[in-house]
Amino acid sequence: MTEQKKTTIVLFSGDYDKAMAAYIIANGAAAYDHEVTIFHTFWGLNALRKDEPIKSNKSFIEKAFGKMMPRGADKMGLSQMNFAGMGPKMIKQVMKKHNAMTLPQLIDMAIEQDVKLIACTMTMDLLGLGQSELLEEVEYGGVAAYLGEAQDGHVNLFI
Amino acid sequence: MTSTTFLDAKGLACPMPIVRARKAMKDLQAGDILEIHTTDKGSVADLTAWAASGNHQITDQQQESDVFKFWIQKG
Repeated sequence: MTEQKKTTIVLFSGDYDKAMAAYIIANGAAAYDHEVTIFHTFWGLNALRKDEPIKSNKSFIEKAFGKMMPRGADKMGLSQMNFAGMGPKMIKQVMKKHNAMTLPQLIDMAIEQDVKLIACTMTMDLLGLGQSELLEEVEYGGVAAYLGEAQDGHVNLFI
Repeated sequence: MTSTTFLDAKGLACPMPIVRARKAMKDLQAGDILEIHTTDKGSVADLTAWAASGNHQITDQQQESDVFKFWIQKG
């Protein structure tokens, strides 16, 4: 039995295309029998949001943040050529044609492959996101949880 | 006796061919053969690297028009 390899990815970006790259690498690494962890921080947390509105006690600013940020992976914009939302519509059509997996499908596949999805609790507080707003499969942690996995990791990416 | 299992990964885009290959390989015994058909051009390099990493042996590889065929023996 060979040593268990680990891949850790920090998903900082809230862009659809960058998150796609992160999740494609995560799924590939899982197929390589790596133990895979994705740490979601700042805008990357939006990939983990449920798409329906969740009732919670929030301050005015937190409510505003919640409204302005994409609610879930499918609502995220592109890092280039977003064209106020036209870009994602176009690229999703092209992806369909080429049979590429969408970001929500890639996230489901990652969960199915036991990829660990961790949300950074400190940035959740900053952005006013509560645990009830994120997917059930998400685990919670801070920088130490990330370092614990990354220090004996073989692949480590910041996206 | 080696048994051959067939996996149709035609039309699937990256990373699905290796994700499916891994899933199919899990159910096999060492020495069994997995026959995979793909159409994704990247899958040639992907499956070769994936097989090497998992200590599997590619015993045969063919291309028929735009379909890539692999026979991978589980290590």
